[in-house]
Amino acid sequence: MEISITVNGTAHKRDIEARTMLVDFIREHVGLTGTNVGCDTSQCGACTVHLDGAAVKSCTVLAVQADGASVTTIEGLAVNGELHEMQKTFTEKHGLQCGFCTSGMIMTAVKLVESHPDIEEDDIRHGLEGNLCRCTGYENIVRAVAEAARRFDPHSPWEMEPAEHKITLREAERRARERSRA
Amino acid sequence: MTATQRAFGSSVLRLEDPRLITGKGRFTDNLSRPGMAHMVVVRSPYAHALVKRVDASAAVGMPGVLAVYTGADMAAAGFGGIPCAWVVPDSDTRTPEHPPIAIDTVRYVGDAVAIVLAESEPQARDAAYAVDVDYETLGVVVNAKAATEDGAPLVHDDVPGNQCFHWTVSGGDVEAAFSEADVVVGETILNQRLIPTAMEPRAALADWDSSMESVTLWVTSQNPHIARFLLSLDTGIPEHKIRVVAPDVGGGFGSKIPHYPEDSMVIFASQKLDRPVKWTETRSENYLATIHGRDHVEEVEMAAKSDGTILGLRAKTWANLGAYLSTASTGVPTILHGLMLSGAYNIPAIHEDVYGVFTNTTPVDAYRGAGRPEATFMVERLVDLVARELSMDPVDIRRKNLIEPFTEGHEVATGLIYDTGNYEPALDQALEMFGYEEARKQQAEARAKGRLVGIGVVTYTEICGLGPSEVAGAVGFGGGLWESAIVRFHPSGKVHLMVGVSPHGQGEATTFAQIVSDQLGVATEDVEVIYGDTDQTPMGWGTYGSRTTPVASGAIMGAIEELKEKGIKIAAHLLEAAEADVEFHDGVFSVKGSREEGLSIQDIVLAANTAWNMPEGVDPGFEASSFFNPSNFVYPFGTHIAQVEVDPETGEIEFQRYVAVDDCGPIINPMIVEGQIHGGIVQGAAQVLWEGAHYDDDGNLLTGSLMDYAIPKAEFLPKFELGKTETPTPVNPLGVKGVGETGTIGSTPTVYNAVMDALAPLGVKQVHMPLTPERLWRAMREAQQGGN
Repeated sequence: MEISITVNGTAHKRDIEARTMLVDFIREHVGLTGTNVGCDTSQCGACTVHLDGAAVKSCTVLAVQADGASVTTIEGLAVNGELHEMQKTFTEKHGLQCGFCTSGMIMTAVKLVESHPDIEEDDIRHGLEGNLCRCTGYENIVRAVAEAARRFDPHSPWEMEPAEHKITLREAERRARERSRA
Repeated sequence: MTATQRAFGSSVLRLEDPRLITGKGRFTDNLSRPGMAHMVVVRSPYAHALVKRVDASAAVGMPGVLAVYTGADMAAAGFGGIPCAWVVPDSDTRTPEHPPIAIDTVRYVGDAVAIVLAESEPQARDAAYAVDVDYETLGVVVNAKAATEDGAPLVHDDVPGNQCFHWTVSGGDVEAAFSEADVVVGETILNQRLIPTAMEPRAALADWDSSMESVTLWVTSQNPHIARFLLSLDTGIPEHKIRVVAPDVGGGFGSKIPHYPEDSMVIFASQKLDRPVKWTETRSENYLATIHGRDHVEEVEMAAKSDGTILGLRAKTWANLGAYLSTASTGVPTILHGLMLSGAYNIPAIHEDVYGVFTNTTPVDAYRGAGRPEATFMVERLVDLVARELSMDPVDIRRKNLIEPFTEGHEVATGLIYDTGNYEPALDQALEMFGYEEARKQQAEARAKGRLVGIGVVTYTEICGLGPSEVAGAVGFGGGLWESAIVRFHPSGKVHLMVGVSPHGQGEATTFAQIVSDQLGVATEDVEVIYGDTDQTPMGWGTYGSRTTPVASGAIMGAIEELKEKGIKIAAHLLEAAEADVEFHDGVFSVKGSREEGLSIQDIVLAANTAWNMPEGVDPGFEASSFFNPSNFVYPFGTHIAQVEVDPETGEIEFQRYVAVDDCGPIINPMIVEGQIHGGIVQGAAQVLWEGAHYDDDGNLLTGSLMDYAIPKAEFLPKFELGKTETPTPVNPLGVKGVGETGTIGSTPTVYNAVMDALAPLGVKQVHMPLTPERLWRAMREAQQGGN
């Protein structure tokens, strides 16, 4: 079936099998491999992307559910070549080692901080529960997210969705269902 | 970095990061080749069965399917069994045949029975479900000790009693130690099976070039040169016709050391189809088909005097090797385990019998620490048991038995000669950081109120920086353990450093650039470290065993010294001075006392590369290669202290504090070293608190996905407090020791001892890991009812 998904600002129209997952659409059909697949049970979060402004695990969303939606992947996080603060703090605080979980970790953390700019360490740890890292022991990831939160600027150009337009995952899924029915 | 700040010792931001934080990582599954086909492996759902028939007739007609192959097809094409690279000497080791695809018998759930090739991965997966295999099930054994008992099913018909080997380590008079002892303690430790779970599943992409009869294999490997060497043995393709590339590798922790059957399968399939072939495992497949770690049954005893002086240690260990020998299987529970049973202590008499045993389970090989966590756990557990028996503080008994400071080697009863050690300062610093005395007071107050607070203390040392190649040979490893490096200056002064090791998250692209920068006065950004490609790098034995920095830095330093000497010759010639009068500091060659008229290393490099005016007898170019074979292993050490609190109602553990003081010698990049320690602590603590692979009696892996196998999340963990001491080693020019595994080696017994300390008032003496709330709840209840 033919669908169109806007990925990092560019519309991609593709004819896909109905069972294609969003992550496979992004990796195989659009050719952006920064979004990784680390598991098959929706535990690890390596595949996290922003779907209409919400952080979602793209291994658990059918591509058809995202028909008409706007997706941001790690490749689309920098604006005009300027890294997002979260990308900067991940390297400054050594929040990555092998780098495999990093794309998903950063994408989750961006939404965590956008929705909770005053977030503290405990809440960062809980907020990252859907993202697994095997290298860092999380200590430096938590430091990176805390530092990005400290620097958070709601008017930064990296705010992909205006705050008032932020929607929950449930809402994103509802909209996706509506779109796939239509 | 300012001019006055040395690159060595600075937290230089990682040169690896820019591509990884922008989604440009080059992981194997991200790669594709024109015309690439996809492979899916059909795996056995039975732990032990005869394969009566493989019927692919339905599968081959499905959309996109190119071929289905079996083990017989691979054998017919000349592909041999997967080799094991380690045969323990004096142990009667049996190495049964390990066909990459099972031919007539499957021996664990996940053993390959066929491969399906298709245009796309989903098509291959659909067809794999349609491959019809007839099995006739056989008896199954999953527990190592049970597998050695009479009547146990045989995993391999030609291995009686399922015993792969019996190896012993012995030093001192153990019988006398135990007969003279005032106190003997002991228990049966189940050092449970763990699943490494590198976040990147394995993948392999082979591209056979029929015009050159050569193959390129991109693979998730920690050691591409070993992979190439072993592939040349079982694929029949000569080594110089194989190129192995480990691009970005998403963590390994030992699980990407082995040469796996799938590496051979994709090469075979690429030859057959004359197309590139890629295979990527799913996470659930990873849990079945990628090696597991640990899995020992250990009967252990320690003898001591009434004043706490340790006299001896005696152990019998059954090490579960799984169904086949993986690349380093046999070395892990022997050389890397048994030889470390003296720990950081004077233990005059040690004896261990180790039985390597085949079972119908996934093969077991090196997992972070590999043998040393098991040894350290054994020693540190026994020391705590002695302390408890004698009502001594765990710190006092350790202080009493610690090996005294040494700078020129210290031989322990197992025969190892530790390089350097000074254990008490690390202990003192950790106690100070933890506020140990105050914490014990608070613990006593909490206990008086019925709260279960526990503190665990461990003083460890470990063997790493593998190692002297002569020793590698003597202990049965089928390769060397030296390293090599090429430092190549290009005309503009930029540098390529090519190394045979293959980092995959440890950050040596940065730390090695720091070494070059520090020694030769070039910016770290001007140094590109090249690794992970057998066509581009000199021979090396890979990244594992905390060896990359201690061993490869020796080779890098050798090349650097050669270049310094060459630079002085050229500078003396150009400055019209005697060589003896030329010195080199911070990137400038100059006549002593006239630095401002000196020549920068870039000037010298350009002069050497143009070679318009070279001194007599000096070759053009500015490049050096060096080989380094270390004279000994290195032995980092430290003290770890943890605090936990157990909920007496639910058995839940709150992991409250963790202090680690580690000594890995001089530190090149503190930020990276701390990151290694953090990650190591968490993997070790996870063995105590959450992780454990479980098989049922039929050999089904019950913890076969990330839904069932509990790797730690951020919210489970406290903040870590780290300290350090610095004791250099004479084994390599920079004095550096390894740090990749210290956290894991130290933390398992530390956290375990803390929980047992918490439960001590209830009389609970032992609970098997992982210490799940249910297990603690049961143990507490049994203790209250007079059991345990």
